[in-house]
Amino acid sequence: MNPASTQNNALREFVDNLKSAPRRMYETAFRGGAPTTDRSRSTFVFGNVFLHLHAVRTHRWSLRWTTTVGLGIMSLSAFLITLVTGVMLMFYYKPFPEAAYASIKDIHFVVPTGRLIRNLHRWAANIMVVAVILHMARAFFTGAYRPPREYNWLIGIGLLVVTLGLSFTGYLLPWDQLAYWAITIGANIAQSPREVTDALGITEYFDPGGLQRLLLLGSDTVGAEALIRFYLLHVMILPLALAALMGVHFWRIRKDGGMVRPADADERLAKMKKVETYPVFTEAPNKTYQLAAVVRGKTAVVGRGPENTVPSMPHLFYAELGVMMMTLLVCVALSLVSDAPLKELANPSVPENPAKAPWYFLGLQEMVSFSAFMGGIGIPAIVLVGLALIPYLDREKEGTGEWFGGPGGWRLVKLSMLVGFGAPLLIESFAIRFGWLREWFPKIPQLIVTAVNPATILTAVYALYSIWCIRRYGSARSGALGLFTCFLCGFVVLTIIGTYFRGPNWVFYWSPSDWPKH
Amino acid sequence: MTLQSKAPRSRLDPEPMARRDWLGLSSLWTMGAALLFGVVGMLRLPKAAVLASPSKKFKVALPETLPAGEAFVPPGRAVAVYRDAEGTYAVSTICTHLGCVVKANPEGFECPCHGSRFNADGTVSRGPAPRALPWLKVQLSGGVVVVDEGTTVPSGTKVA
Repeated sequence: MNPASTQNNALREFVDNLKSAPRRMYETAFRGGAPTTDRSRSTFVFGNVFLHLHAVRTHRWSLRWTTTVGLGIMSLSAFLITLVTGVMLMFYYKPFPEAAYASIKDIHFVVPTGRLIRNLHRWAANIMVVAVILHMARAFFTGAYRPPREYNWLIGIGLLVVTLGLSFTGYLLPWDQLAYWAITIGANIAQSPREVTDALGITEYFDPGGLQRLLLLGSDTVGAEALIRFYLLHVMILPLALAALMGVHFWRIRKDGGMVRPADADERLAKMKKVETYPVFTEAPNKTYQLAAVVRGKTAVVGRGPENTVPSMPHLFYAELGVMMMTLLVCVALSLVSDAPLKELANPSVPENPAKAPWYFLGLQEMVSFSAFMGGIGIPAIVLVGLALIPYLDREKEGTGEWFGGPGGWRLVKLSMLVGFGAPLLIESFAIRFGWLREWFPKIPQLIVTAVNPATILTAVYALYSIWCIRRYGSARSGALGLFTCFLCGFVVLTIIGTYFRGPNWVFYWSPSDWPKH
Repeated sequence: MTLQSKAPRSRLDPEPMARRDWLGLSSLWTMGAALLFGVVGMLRLPKAAVLASPSKKFKVALPETLPAGEAFVPPGRAVAVYRDAEGTYAVSTICTHLGCVVKANPEGFECPCHGSRFNADGTVSRGPAPRALPWLKVQLSGGVVVVDEGTTVPSGTKVA
């Protein structure tokens, strides 16, 4: 062989390699090939870092529309939209008083697509709050908090709190009147333990309220320090916390065996006689993929195929993609028809009247209009602790995986809705018509008003009703069904009153057209 | 070399700890201590030793013709200053409920946020406010009034 031909061969090989480089790049990136067989559908899932949080196969019960209503994916999609649009907004936003307002104004009126991005951010945030609350309701009503999913229920509560925190911190950033006074109220709610320590006369020695407010605002007043703190929380601390919790949440779903389903889900599916669109197993029907030694749950069932499952690709992923696209569509549609508000520049000496928090906090604001501490800290803390305790108090099995499952069922939920809607309406009507303790006895000690006010009475009524449910049905699940339904209804009633029926000076008006003119 | 006896040792003469156990445990405990001190140190950071807040003392020149019982609100300040036959006094107009700025009217004050009402002396007449509006320290220096928002005085303290 002469050297010249060796050189030619090497050169030809080099050119061939160069030509095939794009194809090889693609092949090395997607090693499994097209997802057309059971095997390649599996590698499509577990060979992909982003998809492998999913199981390779999904139970057919999980894919029924009514199992989840897609609310979890809807929350995630809304979060992803806020993440992307939020980063876009950071190109122009400046977290300093007045500059902040000017930059939001620029984003809204000058920056190309700025208004759409800002609207998307705001609508996705709102949809995320709604989706997270509904998702929690879905998990509760289908008994998805029961073993082995107790811990994931706690993570979910953490996610709810962080989601509300993100919304609230985002509310201050435009530095307009709405933002400034909502944050003033929020910071003073953080300070409201003083209502109790003042009444006891121990604020001088023990002042958790003052410390909370100081840490939140970094100053005595809502100013530049507060704005930078809220900005830091909004763009760094809370999103990181949310992402970490979400990672644990998703991973736990997988480890806890996927979506909750009734013990007899397979029999039920068989009875439904749905036409199979895809064979349960295309190849090797007697093989099981279950890692019985690692995954908790029932061991592989020999002889009847592994489970009532279908490949996650495409069945689960296309459903998830569908929910994501629907969420995006709704956000875009709302953003095109409704602009995010921007009031006049913050003015620390003239409060907005009425000064209203974001809508999902107006139920809380309705309660703080009776007592700052109980409405803003006491009752929310009781609600959160109550929610966290549910999986540890209800240790029953009946009705797991069924909507409104458990003793009482849908009938009990209907009765609870009656109580849940009726009680706050009656108590509010009374307080609006006749006033409350302070109007009748002006010298009454504050501690009595803190302990006995419409908000605490409502909480007590709900608690008593829940105890009645437990006794009536002899089941902790029934008590939980009653209480949770009441809690949702109370949230709706108080939010609607706060949003539509409170005017200047937080006075009750049937309609904003009755508001006095300035 | 003699074989060590396997007899159980007393509490005063314990089994010597294996070196790797000692190293492992000491690294665990030093890490714990470092984390604890680090976190405690970091928690101190968000609470500034000196607060970035505006000056709390300011001067007001009251109009010569201010009628008794009518509030004079210096621009940009949450304080109502009064002058009557007994002297000059100042009442804070920051609501004790949730920090909104209350509006002075002939009967007293009203809060736009949650409907608290206060009498002219600052005591609560209705609504959710837990405490009376505090009276603030006032000094007369020449023709002007010096109000100190940072110092409260007992209600009814008027400076002549």
